Amino acid sequence: MNRINQTFHSLKASNRTALIPFITAGDPSIESTLPTMHALANAGADVIELGVPFSDPMADGPVIQRSSERALAKGMSLKKVLAVVAEFRTTNSTTPVVLMGYANPIEAMQRDHFVNAAADAGVDGVLVVDYPPEEADDFAAMLGKRNLAPIFLLAPTSSGERIAAVGRLARGYVYYVSLRGVTGAGHLDTVEVAEKVKAIKAIVPVPVGVGFGIRDGETARRVGETADAVVIGSAIVQGMFDAREKSSGSEATFAGDWLSKVRAALDR
Amino acid sequence: MNLYDLPDARGHFGQYGGVFVAETLIQALDELKAHYAKYQHDPEFRREFESELKHFVGRPSPVYHAKRWSDQLGGAQIYFKREDLNHTGAHKVNNCIGQALLAKRLGKPRVIAETGAGQHGVATATVAARYGLECVVYMGSEDVKRQAQNVYRMKLLGATVVPVESGSKTLKDALNEALRDWVTNVDNTFYIIGTVAGPHPYPMMVRDFQSIIGEECLTQMPEIAGRQPDAVIACVGGGSNAMGIFYPYINHEKVRLIGVEAAGEGLDTDKHSASLTKGVPGVLHGNRTYLLQDENGQIIETHSVSAGLDYPGVGPEHAYLKDIGRAEYVGITDEEALKTFHECCLIEGIIPALESAHAIAYATKLAPTMSKDKVLLVNLSGRGDKDMHTVSMKSGLSFYCHPECELGRHAAASPNKEQIVQLIKQ
Repeated sequence: MNRINQTFHSLKASNRTALIPFITAGDPSIESTLPTMHALANAGADVIELGVPFSDPMADGPVIQRSSERALAKGMSLKKVLAVVAEFRTTNSTTPVVLMGYANPIEAMQRDHFVNAAADAGVDGVLVVDYPPEEADDFAAMLGKRNLAPIFLLAPTSSGERIAAVGRLARGYVYYVSLRGVTGAGHLDTVEVAEKVKAIKAIVPVPVGVGFGIRDGETARRVGETADAVVIGSAIVQGMFDAREKSSGSEATFAGDWLSKVRAALDR
Repeated sequence: MNLYDLPDARGHFGQYGGVFVAETLIQALDELKAHYAKYQHDPEFRREFESELKHFVGRPSPVYHAKRWSDQLGGAQIYFKREDLNHTGAHKVNNCIGQALLAKRLGKPRVIAETGAGQHGVATATVAARYGLECVVYMGSEDVKRQAQNVYRMKLLGATVVPVESGSKTLKDALNEALRDWVTNVDNTFYIIGTVAGPHPYPMMVRDFQSIIGEECLTQMPEIAGRQPDAVIACVGGGSNAMGIFYPYINHEKVRLIGVEAAGEGLDTDKHSASLTKGVPGVLHGNRTYLLQDENGQIIETHSVSAGLDYPGVGPEHAYLKDIGRAEYVGITDEEALKTFHECCLIEGIIPALESAHAIAYATKLAPTMSKDKVLLVNLSGRGDKDMHTVSMKSGLSFYCHPECELGRHAAASPNKEQIVQLIKQ
């Protein structure tokens, strides 16, 4: 059984919502990524989404864009991200790791080679932002062969038909984009989100996570009333950057402390 | 060969094209696809499109025999398709009218566009003014600096120009930002993409709107040259003017199709924009195509003296035509293009856009290798007014702007013909 399924299985048994932090691998530095992952796991992260930086992150808002630019400037690459995951797995064999990024770095590595390397490194799921289901049949099958979960996005604009199509391919969980816009944008109408999440849950057989625009414990708690998981990205990434500006090396501590607070709010 | 009928229903040209976007854009693209299918052959839509092209743009654009130059070269006869004579000075406006008419029918009051050199931005701003639509143009902040005149033009036409500070601050980043705007404002906004790239249906739709160029040539060439050309030559950045003139000729198997990419400082350097010649297939901006990228799959910065060719990708249909061998793709350097630019001014009395100068340069290389009864058709896709600053800087010649500006001081030193001829010889 995939680590993601195990995690959601035991969360369900204890009636808890999964907390999924997102960080960009390589930002603010390549060395900071591994300790940050451990800090997040210790602070109660149920799954860690690791962003693979890309030169043209078209679905991301300014915070993740700049974060990706910084990571690339430090020399981060898909190969190095996999090395970080392998290193993480030497001491953590339970927290699922999902890679989130864009298609081109994966295609440049050759997709079959990437799938094998990711599985060997201990990755559990892969979310390719610009692989919608109609372009991802074969890639999803490749992932499945190595027991990796293809994670897909759903949007407020997704029709019932599309939700069903995504439901057929999705493993692990689906990621519902809670607002019209890019990552980190605007503010969230939690009532509207709750309705849509209920509709998705009725169609999709895997757990439903919600992300884009969740920036504090209180919003996370309200979204968590209906969603199976909440994903928080831009708020952590920005906070880590600010922390490092004040004191270099403090970013992992910040990420852990910050996530503990969200965890507490979520479990209240 | 079967009659060419691509893309398929999902927007694929063989392995290229497709819809590689985040789920957040799918619904907007589905809506666009449905509406385009509905209006594409609608007689009322076609009538309005053609009427606008005739009365607002000034179509059909003529085909012109560059006889003096052909005689000097001593080989094949060169003909120019004069897209430079269109209103706004380039082929870009054909597509903008088509898409703006769709925006009107979709009831979207706001249009957005990306631009590099500013030509597509100016064309979009023009059409938006004509139809009373709000217009926002995204432009890399580096390009805003380099193309101040076009920025001013867009503002005169009532558009808001947003400088983009992310990534390399050029065209590709402007496209990313326009996509982000579209995701956020999809309810009231129509995204007018300027080239045959992006997710399906854009490559197909832009090609269809631009294919008026080649359609006219099919009629005009027999009239002026007595027959269809032996080769059709066009410059390729994203590739919209080239697809526009190539497409109606694809089933004319004897006609060679030659796309000319920007070889910049040379194809052996890392300063060029020759995606088809030097790139490898990958995924960017919603489609699979040839891309200039590093070994980690990151998109790299490109270079060309001509901002309109300065793009790391290329339309997916060109990628397909290259792979099946139906079209050939070659490179012309900055230096060759600049030399041809000056020659075209002096020999034919036409100031071409630097983009178009790449296509002309290849034609003038090819013509002397062919007999005098052969015919080359070059798409002169735009006029060179926008390139005055670039050319004067690259040629080391002074340029007059207005009396108060800094450059005005050098006006007295403007070059005469002898100096330019001397420069070409060097």
